[in-house]
Amino acid sequence: MTTVLITGTRPYGEGDPVDVLIDDGVITRIVPTVAGGRDAGGPDSAASAADEVIEAAGTVLLPGFVDMHTHLREPGREDAETVRSGSAAAARGGYTAVFAMANTEPVADTAVVTDHVYAQGQAVGLVDVHPVGAVTKGLAGAELAEMGVMAASSAAVRLFSDDGHCVADPLIMRRALEYARGLDVLIAQHAEEPRLTEGAVAHEGPTAARLGLAGWPRAAEESIVIRDALLARDAGARVHICHASTAGTVELIRWAKDQGIAITAEVTPHHLMLDDARLESYDGIFRVNPPLREESDTRALRAALADGVVDCVATDHAPHAAQDKCCEFSQARPGMLGLETALGVVAQTMVAPGLIDWRGVADVMSVRPAQITGLPDHGRPIEVGETANLTVVDPDSAWTVRGAELASIADNTPYEDLTLPARVRATLLRGRVTCVDGKVRAR
Amino acid sequence: MKHLLSIGDLTPDSAVDLLDEADRFKAALLGREVRKLPTLRGRTVMTVFFENSTRTRASFEVAGKWMSADVINVSAGTSSVSKGESLRDTAATLHAIGADALIVRHPASGAPRQVARWTAEMAQDGVAPSVINAGDGMHEHPTQALLDALTLRDRLGGIEGRRVGIVGDILHSRVARSNALLLTMLGADVVLIAPPTLMPLGADGWGVTVAHDLDSELPGLDAVMMLRVQAERMRGGFFPSPREYSIRYGLSETRRRMLPEHAVILHPGPMLRGMEIGYSVADSPQAAPLQQVANGVHVRMAVLFRLLVGGQVDA
Repeated sequence: MTTVLITGTRPYGEGDPVDVLIDDGVITRIVPTVAGGRDAGGPDSAASAADEVIEAAGTVLLPGFVDMHTHLREPGREDAETVRSGSAAAARGGYTAVFAMANTEPVADTAVVTDHVYAQGQAVGLVDVHPVGAVTKGLAGAELAEMGVMAASSAAVRLFSDDGHCVADPLIMRRALEYARGLDVLIAQHAEEPRLTEGAVAHEGPTAARLGLAGWPRAAEESIVIRDALLARDAGARVHICHASTAGTVELIRWAKDQGIAITAEVTPHHLMLDDARLESYDGIFRVNPPLREESDTRALRAALADGVVDCVATDHAPHAAQDKCCEFSQARPGMLGLETALGVVAQTMVAPGLIDWRGVADVMSVRPAQITGLPDHGRPIEVGETANLTVVDPDSAWTVRGAELASIADNTPYEDLTLPARVRATLLRGRVTCVDGKVRAR
Repeated sequence: MKHLLSIGDLTPDSAVDLLDEADRFKAALLGREVRKLPTLRGRTVMTVFFENSTRTRASFEVAGKWMSADVINVSAGTSSVSKGESLRDTAATLHAIGADALIVRHPASGAPRQVARWTAEMAQDGVAPSVINAGDGMHEHPTQALLDALTLRDRLGGIEGRRVGIVGDILHSRVARSNALLLTMLGADVVLIAPPTLMPLGADGWGVTVAHDLDSELPGLDAVMMLRVQAERMRGGFFPSPREYSIRYGLSETRRRMLPEHAVILHPGPMLRGMEIGYSVADSPQAAPLQQVANGVHVRMAVLFRLLVGGQVDA
């Protein structure tokens, strides 16, 4: 039995500091921190016998983060990321569970692939790696993948997505939603009408027009969002919108929720912070899909996350090898790293301006994504008897992002040299410390 | 300024200075049997074209040679990625060989700017080549705009206060972008005329007028710049048919007669006669495509001179 004590932390940043004792993966005691520390004669005799003590004065204690949208690149592109390196990045970013998207090589459209990814995640043990299954075979959008087999496999796949591609055919999407309802699993849609984005590399707007970059119109996303909301309504199924990026999408989701449609949505940290003015440099690091939009969109997304219309933050962590980014902008592969910087970006864009507090951070980075994906032991209240999936956050630890220092194999962060306002002090997965002060602890 | 990557890199004064310099080169060569100046002796200029071109490449080559530069043409084929070598590695190689100037044409918007950034990062001794944008994707073609402006100045006696119509495939045209920037900078009144499908989103924020009816604009124009319809960049139907395009936006003989007598007709070439421009219109006294080509050499001489030996283009 392992015992860990976190001292002087404040759950959700609220109330007086407490000491949190974790025995064998479960929170067993939460007691007020004694002034002067344990050596001054604290009331908790078990505390002084802890195997490990994390001195955490000034920190905020949150439920471990859950990322519904991660690309781990294994199998196929291990030069960019592996389950091991991505798990390390997740642990450093405060995550205790991640959903690994299906657009690997080969595609995760069979239980063979999803079980492989799941087993790798288990072997590494830094974070719960839940493989996402493809909705359609080969992500081709034509035939449903064997969703039932994947759901019944050892990976117990609960989330299905062709992310990177849209399930564009309305009949296939309808069937997928209906079939998913029967399995009680969730379809996550990459909303992009492909005919409207042929050749597109940047948000369609004045910036792209001036820079001579082919435009990705908002309507390409919004038309699929409203279509899928209506299909989900008719199918009686749930649908989740990946990486919402436009103000119009926010309004459509608001409308759909008002109608009682079972729709949820995520926003990425980069769509909360960055806009298309970044493209002036033509640096491929800023190419992402959906593209960075205009400042009015980032404002709308922040407001929607604050008021709950957008449910959660998901990183869309997308590592790429250097040669896939250091090239012509239009040739650069879309995607950005996100796991290790997500908290800092959310702190800067949402907490610092007062849009949400730390309980709000817990909601959008842990509680809601765990609820949406049905993870019973994640996103739980910080209470005695709960599984100790926890993140200790230092809200005043400003740090400067250096891609080369991140745990990912790739270094394609859009925040290079940017100073972010908050950092993860420690991450605990079922009571085991997976990361403390940036150092990852392999099992 | 070390590079010429965009018209936006220029100020009105530096743009006029380049046009004046081009005029001086033109005068210096006028009537000479042997057109050779010693200006760039010992300098190495490389044209690096990732996209097919006849007139722009030849124009830069002649400009360099008339100034005694060593001009080397690098055939980079199509996309560097499809070739297997990255654009960055190609830039590194050319930098290591020791070019003083890289004249880059590339199908990807922004590629010359990236070459300029990468070679600056690579320069151990701080000496990186000047990079000239010879046309990048749908972005810009600054020397084309300069030669167009020189031609307009020759024909009209000045640019300020003149009304210039740019007609056709604005969306895909780097020539239109550079010209809209330069001509408005020089005080012209620019009107972009195209069907809405070929008009870039936000063009009305460029300090220009946006119009869709060519006939109503023609009588008020001092110059009309016809653009090539870039079928190779088009996906999906931007207009119903070449015939309809020609009927609505082609500069026919009838339309030529709607222009004021003094108006100049420009085309960056290659011209699609019969569609964008009538057969006889292209050869009419108002049409200036050959003068544009001739001015192109003098403008490129001015740009090479200013970047390599004549101080900075921009103050």
